Amino acid sequence: MAKPKVGYSRRSFLKTSGAAMAASALPAPMLWAQDTKNIVLRQFGTGVSNLNDVANKVKEDLGFTLEMTALDSDSVTQRAATQPDSFDIADIEYWICKKVWPTGNLQAMDTSKIANYDKIVGIFRSGKLTPQSTIAQGTAPHTVGFVDGPGGTSFADNETGWMTLIPTIYNADTLGIRPDLIGRPINSWTELLNPEFKGKASILDISSIGIMDMAMVCEAMGEIQYGDKGNMTREEIDKTMAIFTEAKQNGQFRAFWKTFDESVNLMASGEVVIQSMWSPAITAVKSRGIDCVYQPLKEGYRSWGGGIGLSSSLSGIELDAAYDYINWYLSGWVGGYLMRQGYYSAVPETSKNFMSENEWGYWFEGKPATGDITSPTGDVLAKAGELRDGGSFAERMGAVACWNAVMDENQYMVRKWNEFIAA
Amino acid sequence: MGADLLRNRHVLGWLQAAPLTLVLLGFLVAPIVMIVIVSFWGATEFSIYPAFLWDNYDFLFSSPVTYKVFWATFKYAFITWALTLAIGFTVAYFLAFHVRSLTIQIALFLLCTIPFWTSNIIRMISWIPFLGRNGIANQTLISWGVIDEPLEWLLYSDFSVILAFVHLYTLFMVVPIFNTMMRIDKSLLEAARDNGASGLQTLVHVIVPLTTPGIMIGTIFVVTLVMGDFITVRFMSGSQRANVGRLISNDIALLQYPSAAATAVVLLCTVLIVIAILLRFVNIRKEL
Repeated sequence: MAKPKVGYSRRSFLKTSGAAMAASALPAPMLWAQDTKNIVLRQFGTGVSNLNDVANKVKEDLGFTLEMTALDSDSVTQRAATQPDSFDIADIEYWICKKVWPTGNLQAMDTSKIANYDKIVGIFRSGKLTPQSTIAQGTAPHTVGFVDGPGGTSFADNETGWMTLIPTIYNADTLGIRPDLIGRPINSWTELLNPEFKGKASILDISSIGIMDMAMVCEAMGEIQYGDKGNMTREEIDKTMAIFTEAKQNGQFRAFWKTFDESVNLMASGEVVIQSMWSPAITAVKSRGIDCVYQPLKEGYRSWGGGIGLSSSLSGIELDAAYDYINWYLSGWVGGYLMRQGYYSAVPETSKNFMSENEWGYWFEGKPATGDITSPTGDVLAKAGELRDGGSFAERMGAVACWNAVMDENQYMVRKWNEFIAA
Repeated sequence: MGADLLRNRHVLGWLQAAPLTLVLLGFLVAPIVMIVIVSFWGATEFSIYPAFLWDNYDFLFSSPVTYKVFWATFKYAFITWALTLAIGFTVAYFLAFHVRSLTIQIALFLLCTIPFWTSNIIRMISWIPFLGRNGIANQTLISWGVIDEPLEWLLYSDFSVILAFVHLYTLFMVVPIFNTMMRIDKSLLEAARDNGASGLQTLVHVIVPLTTPGIMIGTIFVVTLVMGDFITVRFMSGSQRANVGRLISNDIALLQYPSAAATAVVLLCTVLIVIAILLRFVNIRKEL
């Protein structure tokens, strides 16, 4: 583990010089502002939240530089697990956290330093959206959200005050459809394997997420009753794969996709009319003027959540800057930005201040739009009177059937997945 | 003393060979040795640990997927080889024997390389909108009345994978064949003609035997490139087909480095065997 290199020495220099200056008679806040200008925090994560607009706003509001790298889920896991010195902030999903946390590459965060901690949505703390909610299957965020102390390596089952990831962004996923090419209502996950869409269906080729979509379908068909879709037994995996392998050999699928852009192109070109999809991909198809719906289904949603984790090598002034960044992240601007793309923010009430009443009503409360709803890039996504697919925050996040997960039998599942692709 | 040492043929020879030897040791031999070592290691969800386990090979040889995928890899390699050879030989023949002026020969040859000015990923992906269900190919065929329904097998099929391979790798066949053809003594062709050989006889008995080294070099290029590929298969089959490269890339993506290394070792051995067999047919060193 060779420690870096130029950056490290510059950082050490900064730290010592910062301390030296702090010892002098200058008033502290001014000094802080001086120092932060030179701080660079390196963040990496999936494309969904690694947005240059966020980095620009950080520079403007907090003064320091945030370098963003966007990768796919597999590469993110790989990097977090194997290259701890290559990042300061990891923007990862909760199921990735379950995989990566035991490597010790991330450090727990003190919730007493998080100003809006009490306002974070219940899903990420007790696991319940409302006190009456039942907890969905899979790797629910609260189950990997806390550890016992700053150096804790195993996850705690209650709010300990030490958080692994600060939740930033989450959503409920479902199937995307082309209503213009299907021409009838779709309301169940079973439709993915309906022979009517032979050669026009697709699922994603990311095993850990794809298997969940498969499970939603198999359960909806009544073929398999799962104990926990997020933690299947070998037998359940075999049965699930058998059903999908048969469908694949019968030509049900047009293609599988691995990246966001592939899913957009498959849908926009009409190669596929029904497929697993992510919400901003729907937005991207729509903004090309093509009719595309994120179809709510009666069996519920497959949900995912992401959060920010801190590299264990962060300390001193950089660590303080990272806490500033987290507090800023939860203070509303980013939340508003993300909610306008169809995601949810961990602290919705602060985001409200950064959204118009029309936007808040449409995206969060599920009310009819009172005027044009536009994406952050200015494309019109909905006109007055239209409703968000799936309705309000409570309706959508309340209907989560399972969370993205990593299973105990993950290695077995991955091998089966390889067989499925080769079949 | 020092001057004596330098005059010694052996020392000087070793010194001259040293830089290349070091480069090859550092950048070819060492990584391969590393891959072989790691292929015996164990892996957990998020890390790999040193060990001497046969598990990776056990699983590889006991899984029906392995055989299926190796078979698919050979199939792609063979079909691509046959097509690139047919096209490559024809193109090279035309350039070498039909085009008389050297300037035009060079100009046409350069023309062949123009597609290589762009990335091969881009050349590959540009087929996708062309072959798609609502793509140019289908629309044209429908408007001509050749077909009523769009042809589904044009894209995301073995057809599209092989099409992309042939498109990407034909030049690797053209170049070595053209090169050997240019070095055929024209008087041999005249002699064949004077002795009453037909065009076909000249081709079969004179030109083909004399271009075998070029054909072999081209074959080695194409076969190794196709057998090692993973991205073409992934994009052009819409992830629906697998070859050995994809098996390896999936393992790497899931942090299963030892298993990826074991597959890589088996693939490497397979490719080496294929090349060894090819070299039995032609002694390239002698022919060059």
